[in-house]
Amino acid sequence: MTDTAANPAEVAVRSRLFQQFVGRIRSRRSSIGIGDAGWGRTVLAAIVSFIYFFPVFWIILTSFKTYEDALAVPAKFFFTPTLDNFVHVFSRAYSAGGPVQDTGFALYFFNSLFISGVSVLLALVIGTVAAFGFSRYPLKGNDTYLFMILTTRMLPAIVVIIPIFIMFRVTGLAGTYLGIITLYTVFNLPFAIWMMKSFFDELSPDVEDAARIDGSSDIRVFFKICLPQVLAGLAATAVFGLILTWNEFLFALLLSGVETRTVPVAMSQTIGGDIGVRWGLLAAIETLFLIPVIIVTFALQNQLLRGVTFGTVKR
Amino acid sequence: MSTIELRDVTKHFGALTAVKNVRLTVAAGEVVCLLGPSGCGKTTTLRIIAGLERASSGDVIIAGTRMNDLRPDQRDIAMVFQFYALYPALTARENITFPLHVEKLDATIASARVARVARMLQLESVLDRLPNQISEGEKQRVAVARAVVREPNCFLFDEPLSRLDVELRQTMRSDIKTVLRGLSKATVIVTHDQLEALTMADRIAIMRDGVIEQIDSAHEVFAKPATAFVASFIGTPQMNLLHAQFEGVEDGHGRFKIDGQPIRLLVDPAVAKLAKGQVTIGIRPRALVLDKAASADSISGKAELVEPMGAETLVHARTPLGSDIRVVVPRDVPVRAGDVLSLSADARETHVFDSSGKAVRT
Repeated sequence: MTDTAANPAEVAVRSRLFQQFVGRIRSRRSSIGIGDAGWGRTVLAAIVSFIYFFPVFWIILTSFKTYEDALAVPAKFFFTPTLDNFVHVFSRAYSAGGPVQDTGFALYFFNSLFISGVSVLLALVIGTVAAFGFSRYPLKGNDTYLFMILTTRMLPAIVVIIPIFIMFRVTGLAGTYLGIITLYTVFNLPFAIWMMKSFFDELSPDVEDAARIDGSSDIRVFFKICLPQVLAGLAATAVFGLILTWNEFLFALLLSGVETRTVPVAMSQTIGGDIGVRWGLLAAIETLFLIPVIIVTFALQNQLLRGVTFGTVKR
Repeated sequence: MSTIELRDVTKHFGALTAVKNVRLTVAAGEVVCLLGPSGCGKTTTLRIIAGLERASSGDVIIAGTRMNDLRPDQRDIAMVFQFYALYPALTARENITFPLHVEKLDATIASARVARVARMLQLESVLDRLPNQISEGEKQRVAVARAVVREPNCFLFDEPLSRLDVELRQTMRSDIKTVLRGLSKATVIVTHDQLEALTMADRIAIMRDGVIEQIDSAHEVFAKPATAFVASFIGTPQMNLLHAQFEGVEDGHGRFKIDGQPIRLLVDPAVAKLAKGQVTIGIRPRALVLDKAASADSISGKAELVEPMGAETLVHARTPLGSDIRVVVPRDVPVRAGDVLSLSADARETHVFDSSGKAVRT
């Protein structure tokens, strides 16, 4: 009645093969266990990652150097650290012996935080809802729209900026918070939509059908069932969007005004002056500039990692 | 009244017709299985009942009310999905409680209901875990609990046991049967596993290409298959379907030629009215008997492959012209590959299907 082989000889052969198979796995485990790549590979990884980190390390180091130390040849790794550069970021004399002035950097840092934060948040909210729409209620020619919103990201920014500059001039958005936030939101949206759509596409439609049968409205399905399943996607989208926006230079340079200037633009304008480039000062700005991104990335790290175990409903 | 009725339900997906004029009535307390190979339209039929798909034509009537235009949540049904479809971000308890939000129940009443269902399905120990922290069998039971807790009018199951291993499947099969018996609601179960259908259902609807070929009790579909397809789909090992030339009936025995070999088989009286020509003869492997010597009532075949199955032995034989015949012989009958067998059929279990595949039967 059953399909299992009752033949004793065959059973014996099978069990011997099985034991050999298990034995082979065990012996491989004992030579290279999981979680033990050996010292050689660990050192190699350390070297490679330090090469990646070196420019950042050098900037942080330089931010604590005096003007002379920063320019010293050969480069100094050991020196007496100073916090002067960090003070000068916010207030300093523009010429030797001149009056100490506010540099406006407090505002620029606020601008960077405000503009990036709001635009990433907006892109995330609009993008997630739009992605859910694209995924669950496809339009006629759905892919065409998805493709079109990506086209502006297919060209170098320097090309796209000319028509956008004209659009901003005509609408009077140039130099305003509304303008630059809108621009960044619009720029982050395609990425957010594509990214979130792929996460929504992965979800099991059965789960949503179940929720509908259980009496949930579409809104409730979205918030209660779908959204909690794509938190990892939200975190990843937020981090990538934030890094892109935070570091954006070209559009900010041409489209922000004095009041809405962001740190990358202000930083570039610090270069120059009568005593040449103050590398220590620049490095101090950059060091401060790194902190928010690092904090956000660290805070969302757990969510980012959870993306690996994404999807409880496997098919 | 907990009843489900489908009246001439048809569903098109573009040019494809997934479900064709399906008529089905499920009485209160009755369990009907939709059985068929994948792609036969059984899941689509279930989704039409649930309201997850719209019928292209025909009526869906639940508890006496036409439901075609109502949303799933307005139909007072519960469905258990093939992959359980548990809400991944919610614990087992929250999953089971989820359907109750519609009724706006008092919290104590709701939790009492959840506790009762959890006890019934032995889920008390896993209530506070997330779906990815419990076993397949527990997920299955949570899915059943979620369906049962709302006390709906009828139940729909889509391949409820397909993801469980063999042992768990057996226990879950009887568990679900027990639960369903206690509720006595109209229930439709979709499955491709005939054993599941035969054991759980009061009646089985066998589907192929969107059409229900037969609806009957487990006993009837096995003993009196309406078509050659049903005959081949129900029963393990599969029924032998042999192409034969029908040459007439003499005193209750049909004269046939299978691969040129003449054979006489006791047949249903209705066969006498059949015109001479091509037919299909269906004989179950267990209805074939090994004869000592060839006779006018037997066909010969050479044993090609011998598979011991424990209590019995399955022999794959081949006629001289190459038709395959499966025979089940008792364990103590010695058959070796290469043996030439004379096979005759148990008269009560011979089925004749006409050229369109329909059973010829009074």
